[in-house]
Amino acid sequence: MAGRLDRAVESKRGPRVSDFPKEAQCVVIGAGIVGNCLVSHLSEMGWEDIVLLDKGPLPNPGGSTGHASNFIFPVDHSKEIVDLTLESQRQYEEMGLQNTCGGIEVARTQERMEEFKRRMTSAKCWGIHSSLLTPSEVKELVPFVSEDIILGGFYTPSVSAVDSLETGTQMRKKAQEAGHLAVFANTEVLDIETAEGRNKPRVSAVVTDKGRIECETVVVACGVWSPRIAEMAGATIPLTPAVHQMADVGPFDVLVETQQELAYPIVRDMDTFCYERQTAGSMEVGSYAHRPILHRVEDIPSNDEAALSPTEMPFTADDFDQQMEEAIELMEFLGDGEIKYAINGLLSLTPDANPVLGPTVEVENLWSAAAVWIKEGPGVGRLMAEWMTYGYPHVTDPHGADVTRFYPQQRNVHHIEARAEEHFNKTYGIVHPREQWATRRNVTNGPLKARTDALGAFYFEAGGWERPHWYESNADLVEQYDIESREHEWDSRWWTPISDAEHLHMREHAAIVDLSAFQIFEVSGPGVLDYIERMVVNKCDLTVGSSIYTPVLNQSGGFRSDLTILRLATDRFRIITGAFDGGRDEYWFRENLPGDGSVQFENRTNAVCTLGVWGPRSIELLSSLTEDDLSQDAFPYGSHQEVLISGIPTEMFRVSYVGDAGFEVYTPMQHGLALWDAIIEAGSSVKLRPVGAAVYGTSGRLEKGYRLMGSELEDEYTPVESGLARPKVKAADFIGKEAYLAARNEEPCAQLCVLTVEDLTCEAGYRRFPMGAGNEPILTPNGDRIVDAKGRVSRVTTAGNAPSVGQYLLMAYLPSELCEVGTQLQVMYQNEHYPVTVAASGANLALFDPNNERMKA
Amino acid sequence: MRILVCVKRVPAPGSRINVTEDGLSVDTAHLGFTTSPHEECALEEAAQLIEEHGGSVCVLTVGPAEAEEQLRYAASVGGTDFSLVLNDTGQDWDPQQTAASIGEAVHQLEAETGIFDLILFGNESADAGGYQVGVRVAVALNRPIVNGIKGIEVEGESLAASREVDGGIEVYSLPTPAVLGIKEGINLPRYPTMKGRLASKKAEIQTTETKVPAGTQRLVRLHRPEEKVTETEVLGDGPEAATKIVDLLDELGVL
Repeated sequence: MAGRLDRAVESKRGPRVSDFPKEAQCVVIGAGIVGNCLVSHLSEMGWEDIVLLDKGPLPNPGGSTGHASNFIFPVDHSKEIVDLTLESQRQYEEMGLQNTCGGIEVARTQERMEEFKRRMTSAKCWGIHSSLLTPSEVKELVPFVSEDIILGGFYTPSVSAVDSLETGTQMRKKAQEAGHLAVFANTEVLDIETAEGRNKPRVSAVVTDKGRIECETVVVACGVWSPRIAEMAGATIPLTPAVHQMADVGPFDVLVETQQELAYPIVRDMDTFCYERQTAGSMEVGSYAHRPILHRVEDIPSNDEAALSPTEMPFTADDFDQQMEEAIELMEFLGDGEIKYAINGLLSLTPDANPVLGPTVEVENLWSAAAVWIKEGPGVGRLMAEWMTYGYPHVTDPHGADVTRFYPQQRNVHHIEARAEEHFNKTYGIVHPREQWATRRNVTNGPLKARTDALGAFYFEAGGWERPHWYESNADLVEQYDIESREHEWDSRWWTPISDAEHLHMREHAAIVDLSAFQIFEVSGPGVLDYIERMVVNKCDLTVGSSIYTPVLNQSGGFRSDLTILRLATDRFRIITGAFDGGRDEYWFRENLPGDGSVQFENRTNAVCTLGVWGPRSIELLSSLTEDDLSQDAFPYGSHQEVLISGIPTEMFRVSYVGDAGFEVYTPMQHGLALWDAIIEAGSSVKLRPVGAAVYGTSGRLEKGYRLMGSELEDEYTPVESGLARPKVKAADFIGKEAYLAARNEEPCAQLCVLTVEDLTCEAGYRRFPMGAGNEPILTPNGDRIVDAKGRVSRVTTAGNAPSVGQYLLMAYLPSELCEVGTQLQVMYQNEHYPVTVAASGANLALFDPNNERMKA
Repeated sequence: MRILVCVKRVPAPGSRINVTEDGLSVDTAHLGFTTSPHEECALEEAAQLIEEHGGSVCVLTVGPAEAEEQLRYAASVGGTDFSLVLNDTGQDWDPQQTAASIGEAVHQLEAETGIFDLILFGNESADAGGYQVGVRVAVALNRPIVNGIKGIEVEGESLAASREVDGGIEVYSLPTPAVLGIKEGINLPRYPTMKGRLASKKAEIQTTETKVPAGTQRLVRLHRPEEKVTETEVLGDGPEAATKIVDLLDELGVL
């Protein structure tokens, strides 16, 4: 194997170019699938002066695109990834470079068969035709599969293989023929220069071995090399090169006889994390099962030094032996095939396995377009071009792929490598929607950790922070409130009945919530009011002590965020957002600061500790610790005041995401522990319990119908559709205003609704519990998918038990004609249908205390 | 037929071969390792000979413990017995020491299992290219050797070995036991099959150590010659390039 890899390659040096440009509007670095598709889309969107560079030769400069397996399985559980994949398939098809051969995922375990039910649900949700196969049906399609070792298959006829190199070539050609693009291969980037920008350095030039190009915008589309190239400008692109092993085996008569590149469906042997893909007379066997093999960017050889290409590293055969044995189990004839080509192929892994796209945090006009698979390449090309042209993309809401989502402690090589090692073997794994990371935990802790540890807190990670999700110390409440447990292991994984018990206890007595993970920014200065008005939809020019809950929109009028703002002084506002959104929100607020220094931005997350105290007896409790008047008259709902609690300075904010009386209490981080202790000590008189984020983020929120960024709130929906449009529009201008006004003037074609599940009993006779992971479609009584006039599918955005309502609730956008309360529909979960009824729609989605009497008590 | 094939673990380089800072070896940081191509052909030839005539193919290497990789590779493409003479100095031995250690190993193997009818070497190693070891071993064993072999025919107790020369082919008739230096092109070596690879994991490798003294050849340093680079200049595309071409031809005095 390794012995066959050596090959004499003549030393190449690119031609000197007499017309090397001295300036350009945009320089795209990297001529892989992403860079090539990007320049084509930029050209179509009106960019007329683009330069594409690559250090390698064309058409295969030696990056991951050149050795990719080039197949596309469109079904995924993530909407964002599916949107990009389907858009990519559309483009490949349009160019005539897609071979639709079908694909089958086969199961060797019962657990995988269960996973296939989830995949069927996702397929239905995204409108992709798929079906479950028996072993003999698999064998009918792929006659050489050993049917006795599999339990079944998941078949998707639209699985395809594409020609990514030719796609890249044609994409470049389109932009070149339009006169918008100059391409320079064999051109090494030596530096990216920056100059002073509005609020941070901005790119000014790209220096190469052929010359220097002054430019406005630079895109790093360099795959595994991206971190090194971004670093030249002082930016971070968090990914690591990692090995994916593959071997080309053959020839086999059964394949040669077909005289086709792909006569049989591509097979993914999911439980061994391997795939088998016909390539004419041979079979390509690839694996995600071997030990994670990560490399540092600086260890990748140059084109000249590499025996094959830089990203086709020497095959480490020992790592592949088990996969060979398993491949032979599935397809016996593979054993007799010669291994003609085998590589440790490099690809890019990020800390959370999603791409890293969009403007970089550190450098203005420096963009990242990396960690993208072939299946997403053309879609990402279009998405990036839209983002760069219009300010935000339309292909899909990229918040899960936005490079700004990572916090500083998640951008270093320790974090990237630890997480990449952890998720590499999950590439074909069964990953639970609530699954938690095992590595790099306890890196970011709030000040209460010692106390919450002692209470048996079970932590979920929230944007890197350790956040108690429930407390084992509350286990006694389960019996007291007679909480139902969940029969199916999948439903009960990363879940506990304690959470519902905590919820009911909060509703009856009082609860304290560790909200240390809140992201807190403060903006101040003479220009702050104009600035904050421009950033958000709702009016901010309110009296000091007021609060504003408001959408934050993109230019297109879709959601970029939703958050709460407190007016701390005439010239100072506090912005409070969630742990999952802090990176993106900080980027956005910083990016839009006026360049004149009239507004200062400060991230105070690490300086402020937040506690939530809620429940009918919470006011009584807090009043016992202060001499201040906490009554509604003195301290009305939505207002905030400075209050001494047991002598500790705090800022108290009367608000509730859980629908009960109480406060968010902010205190300097160094007082957080003392504040917690004081409240806990006094709390025994009102039966105070600590409750976890499962109550705060799901059950409490859901009973009140409150929306969550990334679930209900996405770029493709407007405040009107989500029920968050206020009766009036402020006079001040703000980002997205034009689109917002337009949305208000038209009848919304969809609205956010809350639905109750009428019967959770599955076919096997016990109760199941939809997850709300985003892939569960709402169906008509006939079982048809529901799509609104804008092509958006109705699917569950949040699901959870509402213990105080006595219902299992779902949130979903429905076409307006289906929004009427009482409308009967179905939800699909794990490939089964459950009856649901619309229970609320419009602005007020609360099924618990819809008049907010408790919060205002 | 009892055949011994001697192979060497060598780096599988790209187009540019980097030398370590001390100048004493090839920088293998980015490289995989392989068997010298001539020796892969020798191994293939041996495999074909025993497929036709029966027998065994013992594969021997002198090298670091990692050279086990090359022996297992040999096992996956037809080798039957395997012997590693350990050199754990981190440096290649010179040809004299290498030949002496192989000679010693051959004596030992033959004492245990009988005379090898044929010992095959690659014509020269892919890295050092000393062209010496096969000859030294043959002389020490007092057996006939011909290098540059591109064809072997078995004729009863003797062999016909042929090689290309200017304007023709030389054919040598050798009595066995004999030694041949094989040249790439004699055959097209097979790739290992997946089954072959898996079976090779179970191959038994006999590792021996030797105390044969170093020879007199010393590597002083490796030198990488300057790359000869042909500068190419793209003058442009399409009709716009014509003016520049004319200018250039003018400058060159062609017009």
